[in-house]
Amino acid sequence: MAQVTLNRIVKEYEGGVQAVKGIDLDIADHEFVVLVGPSGCGKSTTLRMIAGLEEISRGEIRIAGNVVNDIPPRDRDIAMVFQNYALYPHMSVYDNMAFGLMLRKFPKEEIRRRVENAARILDIGMLLDRKPKALSGGQRQRVAMGRAIVRDPKVFLFDEPLSNLDAKLRVQMRTEIKKVHQTVNTTTIYVTHDQVEAMTLADRVVVMNHGVIEQVGPPQELYHRPLTKFVAGFIGSPAMNFIPARLANGGAALNVVLPGGITLPVPEERSRRYAAYAGKEVLFGLRPEHLTEIRPNDHRPNLAHLQLTPEVVEPMGMETLVYTWLEGTEVSARIDPAVAAAPGQALPLAADMGQMHLIDPQTDRVI
Amino acid sequence: MALDATTVTAGAASGAPARPGLTLQRFARRRSTIAFIMALPLIAVIGGLVAWPAGYAIYLSTLNRRMTASIGLENFAILLESETFRMVIWQSCIFAFSAVVLKALLGFWLAHMLHHIPTKGQRIWRGMLLLPWVVPPALSTLGWWWMFDPSYSSLNWILNAIGAPSVPWLGEPWWARTSVIIVNVWAGTPFFMIMYLAALKSVPDQLYEAAAIDGATGWQGLRYVTLPMMRNIISITVLFSLIVTFANYDIVRVLTNGGPRDLTHVFASYAFQVGVLSGNIPRGAAVSLFMFPILAVVAFFVLRGVNQRNREMA
Amino acid sequence: MSATAATPSAAIPGLGRKIGSLRKERRWALITAYVSLIVAAIVMLAPPVYMLVTSLKTSAEISNPVGTPWIVRNPTLENYGALIGDPMFRGFFFNSIKVTVLVVCVTMVISVLAAFSLARMKFFGSQVLATGVFLTYLVPDTLLFIPLYQIVGNLGLLNSTWGLVLVYPTLTVPFCTWIMIGYFASIPKELDEAALIDGANWMQMLTKIFIPVALPGIIAATIFAFTVSWAAFVYPTAFITRPDEMPLTIGVVSQLIRGDTFAWGQLMAGALLAALPPVIVYAFLMDYYIAGLTAGATKG
Ligand SMILES: Nc1ncnc2c1ncn2[C@@H]1O[C@H](COP(=O)(O)OP(=O)(O)O)[C@@H](O)[C@H]1O
Ligand SMILES: [Mg+2]
Repeated sequence: MAQVTLNRIVKEYEGGVQAVKGIDLDIADHEFVVLVGPSGCGKSTTLRMIAGLEEISRGEIRIAGNVVNDIPPRDRDIAMVFQNYALYPHMSVYDNMAFGLMLRKFPKEEIRRRVENAARILDIGMLLDRKPKALSGGQRQRVAMGRAIVRDPKVFLFDEPLSNLDAKLRVQMRTEIKKVHQTVNTTTIYVTHDQVEAMTLADRVVVMNHGVIEQVGPPQELYHRPLTKFVAGFIGSPAMNFIPARLANGGAALNVVLPGGITLPVPEERSRRYAAYAGKEVLFGLRPEHLTEIRPNDHRPNLAHLQLTPEVVEPMGMETLVYTWLEGTEVSARIDPAVAAAPGQALPLAADMGQMHLIDPQTDRVI
Repeated sequence: MALDATTVTAGAASGAPARPGLTLQRFARRRSTIAFIMALPLIAVIGGLVAWPAGYAIYLSTLNRRMTASIGLENFAILLESETFRMVIWQSCIFAFSAVVLKALLGFWLAHMLHHIPTKGQRIWRGMLLLPWVVPPALSTLGWWWMFDPSYSSLNWILNAIGAPSVPWLGEPWWARTSVIIVNVWAGTPFFMIMYLAALKSVPDQLYEAAAIDGATGWQGLRYVTLPMMRNIISITVLFSLIVTFANYDIVRVLTNGGPRDLTHVFASYAFQVGVLSGNIPRGAAVSLFMFPILAVVAFFVLRGVNQRNREMA
Repeated sequence: MSATAATPSAAIPGLGRKIGSLRKERRWALITAYVSLIVAAIVMLAPPVYMLVTSLKTSAEISNPVGTPWIVRNPTLENYGALIGDPMFRGFFFNSIKVTVLVVCVTMVISVLAAFSLARMKFFGSQVLATGVFLTYLVPDTLLFIPLYQIVGNLGLLNSTWGLVLVYPTLTVPFCTWIMIGYFASIPKELDEAALIDGANWMQMLTKIFIPVALPGIIAATIFAFTVSWAAFVYPTAFITRPDEMPLTIGVVSQLIRGDTFAWGQLMAGALLAALPPVIVYAFLMDYYIAGLTAGATKG
């Protein structure tokens, strides 16, 4: 068990590609941290530097207080689970899990005890004699986790462990991983490109983009208080609407004027925050779930009504997504399936302005 | 070790750490040292038994017969002026070309036929048809030699049985050349067949189905689906075979040993004759070296093909 | 085939006939295939069969043919008996086994180590070396036997099986290394990273992970090295003139052909016995044999 500290970590691949551009991160003991971001943003590189599989170009990584920059993977006391499982195909499940302990010259009984314990946690006791080839994707994933658990390392590292599974199994294994973490309580760093996975698993989410950290925080904080346009757009599904707008002075209050002349009032308590941008072009951000049908007895403060004409209507069962385009910008709303919505028919909607965001188009930061 | 140092410097040049003398770096350095040591026996084989002899051959070819003095390119000049050697060049080219074309066509045909019968039966047929490739060629050629025997030829017996006249298989130059080609084709066709079969099996059935739905006849399917998909493997197999056939020795040595009247020599057998049997090592080396330009051209095309395919697959 | 597919507008009555013709076409294709294969099999198997037939004949029967030479009337094993009783022939066999076993072991050690190093560890110049391996594979033995003759002579190894053990690796190592590189490269990189994290060093990674995982490739390469060493002809023909140091190929070709009294039966028996080991290996390990054969081109 240990905390992990990344201090100004830089990774430059041969040929000058900077995959990671100076990352600072403190991970507490027992914490479950998820690195999330689009493909190619440097998540794996970061994880592999922590594992010792990539050399660190600059900066310092500490595990349990010790600088590990120059310690080879086998001496870092970490365990890693790979996307394609990386099970040794010629070994039985038991031998796969025992291999690391065997190389470390653990006594036979101790190995057996640990493997059986891990098998119990993961519920793979009946698979111990099988070869990986004879396992399903989910079972392989469990074995790969078992291989990590038996070593009882300081840190678990996961690199997109669920990406090779089908959607249903992915949800199931997600729960499984969370359960395992609650049982063994080892510091965990988990890499994924799937923000839902990140939100559901993490104690803290680290959003990365282009080799830098955009924001770190608990899932709810990222959802409600994104710091940048990137985080606002990346977290949440369907993604937040970004509509080019003008912040207009309407007497005492501020108004957001959307393309097509739609005018929405900014809540009073935000006037001070936005004052400096009055009269300027901004990006207006609103999540689809905050743009809904007009409900009777809706007591949310700061509701504003507007009317849009949907062009595409997607019934999803528990909700309906409607899409329209405001001068080329897509706008989506999540409405109750009971509301009759049809393409081409004007639809009255309620915007929860208490949940709005404004983004400075110059800096892409949330105001 | 020298190589090793270079790697590390290269790493440092590309913006690696300013931190000196670290274990992970040492770990990487040790890794490439170990890697180099592991490859050392291979380097020794390639360097000592291929590259050096090849260079040595060039040196040898410039010496006089007693190997006491350098005579420049004289050996090559003498060879080029010799009637016999000019014929050896001809012979080798005709032999290699016609044998490879025949092997390629027959191999393709057989692979195709094999591909078309039910999968269950393919194994046994493949097993039988590959046999000529498995038997060491020097030994199977002995069997052919006996079948070509002037007085007891079992092939002539068959010809006579169907009313055809006997053939002087190894007695006349023209027939002797044909015989060498026949044996080479017999021994080499299975290799083509097996390569093509592997390629045919790698063409997904859906492609043929799509082509059939698009209205392609069987022939058009072959022309527009099979051949393009197999182009790489065909060219690589042909090039490999060209080298091996061009440099062939066993069959000529056992079947005709260059005769009658030195008229069926190819490069290899002539080099052997001149270099080892007649003891003119420099001249023999020069004869072998004549193979080099042709091999180099072929190797160039093979390499290009391989690289291209690697790029396509990457 | 095309007829049915190309004319969707065909009238219903015509359809039955077309399906009939499709079936007929298929049957014809199948008949063509079988006829071709039967003819090919006859041609391919005729020489070995004729060798076998001859080897079972007495010299008298061979020299006084009545009727077809393709069958044996009074089969006898005396040719085989004579060969097996002949210490010189047994010597050929022993020499072949000795040379082949040594060469196969040396080859496999060299190429597995080198392939692992080239496929995985990389060092300065490893890319060049990999290309070099491939180029070496394209260099035929007949290009090198004259300088090697000199070199082996200078080492005093002419007329010695040790000279063959020294030079045969030029025939086997490049190809075996090349296909082992292919097999090793196809092992996912995560597997060695997992092993690295599990605490394996390079040697353990090779022996505990790579060799077992690439076992089919190792078998294929071993078979290749075996067949090539066993069948090698140019080098022994050039380097060995003393019968007691000859391996089988050149021994059978040069020593069993005796003057004018052609001992055809014995010669054929000798050739067949000499060809037996590779044929047996092939019969039992055909799939590996073919995998090795095709790997060179498909993995390249
Ligand atoms: N071995 C490498 N050599 C050069 N560039 C690499 C290498 N591995 C990854 N990269 C580059 O580094 C960036 C980050 O890669 P990675 O960390 O794998 O991203 P991801 O967030 O998808 O896991 C990418 O642009 C990728 O192209
Ligand atoms: Mg990744």
